[in-house]
Amino acid sequence: MSSLFGVLFDGFAYGMLLFLLSVGLSVTLGMMNFVNLAHCSFAMIGGYAAVTLMNEWGWPFLVTLPIAFLAGGVASIVLERVLYRHLYRATDLDQCLLTIGIVFVSVAAAAYLFGTTQQPVNTPQWLRGSVTVLGVTVGAYRLFLIVVALVVSAILVAALEYTRFGAQVRAAVDNQRMARGLGIDVDRVFATTFALGGGLAGLGGALAIEIIGLDPAFAFTYLIYVLIVVSVGGLGSIGGSFAAAAVIGISDMAGKYYFPELGAFLIYLVMVGILMWRPAGLFGKR
Amino acid sequence: MSTLGTLDARGTPAAATPQQVLADGIRWKRLEIIFWLCLLLPFVLTPSYLSLASQIAITALFAVSLDLILGYAGIVSLGHAAYFGLGAYAAGLLAKWGWGEPLTGLVIAAAVAGVFGYATSFIISRFRHLALIMITLGLGLLLHEAANSASGLTGGADGLQGVKMWPIFGAFKFDLFGTTAYVYSLVVLFLTVLVARRIIHSPFGLSLRGIRENAIRMPAIGASNDAHIRKIYTIAAVMAGVAGALLAQTTETVSLEVLSFQRSADVLVILILGGAGRLYGGIIGAIIYMVARDQFSGINPQYWYFWIGLLLVAVVMFLPNGILGGLARLTRSWRGKWW
Amino acid sequence: MVSDAAASNVAAGKAQGAIAALSTRALAKNFGSLVVASDIEIALPQGARYALIGPNGAGKTTLINLLTGMLRPDGGQVLLGDEDITTLDPQARVRKGLVRTFQINTLFPQLTALEAVLLAVSERKRYSGHWLRKLPAHGDAIDEAYAILDSLRLGPVCHRLTRELAYGQQRLLEIALALATKPRVLLLDEPAAGVPRTESAELFTAISGLSQELTVLFIEHDMNIVFRFATRIIVMVGGRILTEGTPQQIANDARVREVYLGGAHRG
Repeated sequence: MSSLFGVLFDGFAYGMLLFLLSVGLSVTLGMMNFVNLAHCSFAMIGGYAAVTLMNEWGWPFLVTLPIAFLAGGVASIVLERVLYRHLYRATDLDQCLLTIGIVFVSVAAAAYLFGTTQQPVNTPQWLRGSVTVLGVTVGAYRLFLIVVALVVSAILVAALEYTRFGAQVRAAVDNQRMARGLGIDVDRVFATTFALGGGLAGLGGALAIEIIGLDPAFAFTYLIYVLIVVSVGGLGSIGGSFAAAAVIGISDMAGKYYFPELGAFLIYLVMVGILMWRPAGLFGKR
Repeated sequence: MSTLGTLDARGTPAAATPQQVLADGIRWKRLEIIFWLCLLLPFVLTPSYLSLASQIAITALFAVSLDLILGYAGIVSLGHAAYFGLGAYAAGLLAKWGWGEPLTGLVIAAAVAGVFGYATSFIISRFRHLALIMITLGLGLLLHEAANSASGLTGGADGLQGVKMWPIFGAFKFDLFGTTAYVYSLVVLFLTVLVARRIIHSPFGLSLRGIRENAIRMPAIGASNDAHIRKIYTIAAVMAGVAGALLAQTTETVSLEVLSFQRSADVLVILILGGAGRLYGGIIGAIIYMVARDQFSGINPQYWYFWIGLLLVAVVMFLPNGILGGLARLTRSWRGKWW
Repeated sequence: MVSDAAASNVAAGKAQGAIAALSTRALAKNFGSLVVASDIEIALPQGARYALIGPNGAGKTTLINLLTGMLRPDGGQVLLGDEDITTLDPQARVRKGLVRTFQINTLFPQLTALEAVLLAVSERKRYSGHWLRKLPAHGDAIDEAYAILDSLRLGPVCHRLTRELAYGQQRLLEIALALATKPRVLLLDEPAAGVPRTESAELFTAISGLSQELTVLFIEHDMNIVFRFATRIIVMVGGRILTEGTPQQIANDARVREVYLGGAHRG
């Protein structure tokens, strides 16, 4: 029984990580329909930034997290201003290809700068091992991860509901043309959201190292999971990303634990099945 | 612009009837004939590279099959390698189980890929945009995982062993020099491109272009997009299966790689590089990509993908219709007689 | 809220024993609490030239979408002749002869004008399944496509790419595509929208040249066109039919003037 709980807990923690990595892509895809397959490259940049600060300059782990967020955000802004801006009206295919090209470049660059081995991470003492909460023993780091993700979700939802910027984001996702007609500077809203999404990905990348490691292939390997979360959860939906990430995280963990021969088969099957049932995702626009 | 009363878009005098103009557009052009003749050059110029030439022909065929669904019907597929791999494993297994005759093996393998293509076409035709991309990706990954797990059948990560091909027509053995392989691959490529060419220049091909240009307008003129898409997807699956079978037969091995995302992504890059929707784009792209890869094979694979990445970015930003598209723009005045 | 004029029109049609070419019964559609169509009853006799007018947002294009099957109604029926087509797909309705054009050009940019019309003809004749016969071999279809373009004065530019045509020519191509399907009922959605005065003469010729057997319903804002071509006008407001009548009746109707804030005639 406790192993079932363990699988659920670890799965949920993994799901929360996927949520942080995916939420930015979901919202920007829903808003501008821009297929950015390089989203996990931002996560990778955040991860490598954190690692460099920790290992080269001895910064404490917690302090590197906001820097990772910034790194992801800045990389997003640069890419958006220089390249993406010109392709908002391009076809799905063109956007796919451009961003795949950027992934290739980022993977090669990471390999060149940091080598191909896994990066070590220096988590603080109090995050290692396990803690006992309400009589249950769980991994400390995973608990930390869940807490961070929940806090971020709360902030996102609150910002979306109660701030003017949040209202603009919701309007732009719902109906871009109408939003423009109302005088909302959709391009600026998009650029800001894009930067925030990239920042969250960067944060996710830094947090991910302890759980799933960091190497140059990260931008590709986790891209597939992120795409699954986004397409299953529904474009433009924070709640959808949260639900989908949790489901995918738990399914993947359960699959690997209970049916190891199946490998990743279960996840792909779940995705194809859900998309066939609801092509716009569980919570997407119909 | 409206003073161009005597010349049309193709530079043909307007005295020609509409039927003649259309027929002119699809005649065999001189450049086409020259191109095919050039493909015979490796026998004379680079006889030691005939194995590579076979590989290029096979990849070119695979790219043309993708062009039919991507360049002509507008279906973005990230999992086309599924049918390539199915054809490869079907041909390989057939030979392993004792029937090593190449031509019949090719036909059977193509049929296997075609059946799967037909079955999945019912799913594919119902979706668009991101859902479609993800479903094609998912189906490809599923098949790859399934093949990996079924290692008893497929040999798993070690690949299929014991594939032995009989000589073609009982006389032409597959030798180390690759002569038979290249002749075989080239002939199959040529025949398949003939079929593709005919499809593109048929009323069905016109309907496909209609779907690509404006899928919403099609039902409004009485067309059924689903039926058209299912048809072309099945045809493309058969062709991809032929390419895969050729690979299995000419190299006498099959590895999991034939079903990988890598292969789906590579063929997509190749097609875009050469130019989609132009029939020959896939072939041009294959030649350039594979020759370059062979030349730079000494370099660390990571750096190879660095340059491919930059190339992709450059192509999308500056050369959206690929190499052939760029050439078309530059040489617009030559149209009509030469191509 | 169907006017007496409309009701008597439907009744008159039934009395004569003539079945309306296109009619609806209590057609309704809503998106949540937003009602875009309510209790729509129209009856177009064969050969009619009816105009559908109303302020923006009245639901005119929605009605076209409901009639053609691009939108499923929440209630009511659509009848083509005496056949209930309410559950048919858009392409099935086209095959039965109910065709529309689009307010915003919805064409095939990279096809030539001839190829576009040929595509429509080929689909109608079911040649679109031929995948191993060359296109030029289908001479009858090509001749028919060219004839349609020629009748709309688009013959000289038939080999031009659609995206290179002038805007007015593209609007004509919209109509050509519809004609290629040999419609019995034609729904024109603002055919003159965006066409500059200098190019609208061709358009007028095209509309007046439409076969007398063809039943036409067109949405228009330009009152000159409405009064020139329509024998009867239907006025829609807020998803409902306000009234229906001859151009003279409508011009004199105080409610219609009110709805247009100051006049049914535009400058």
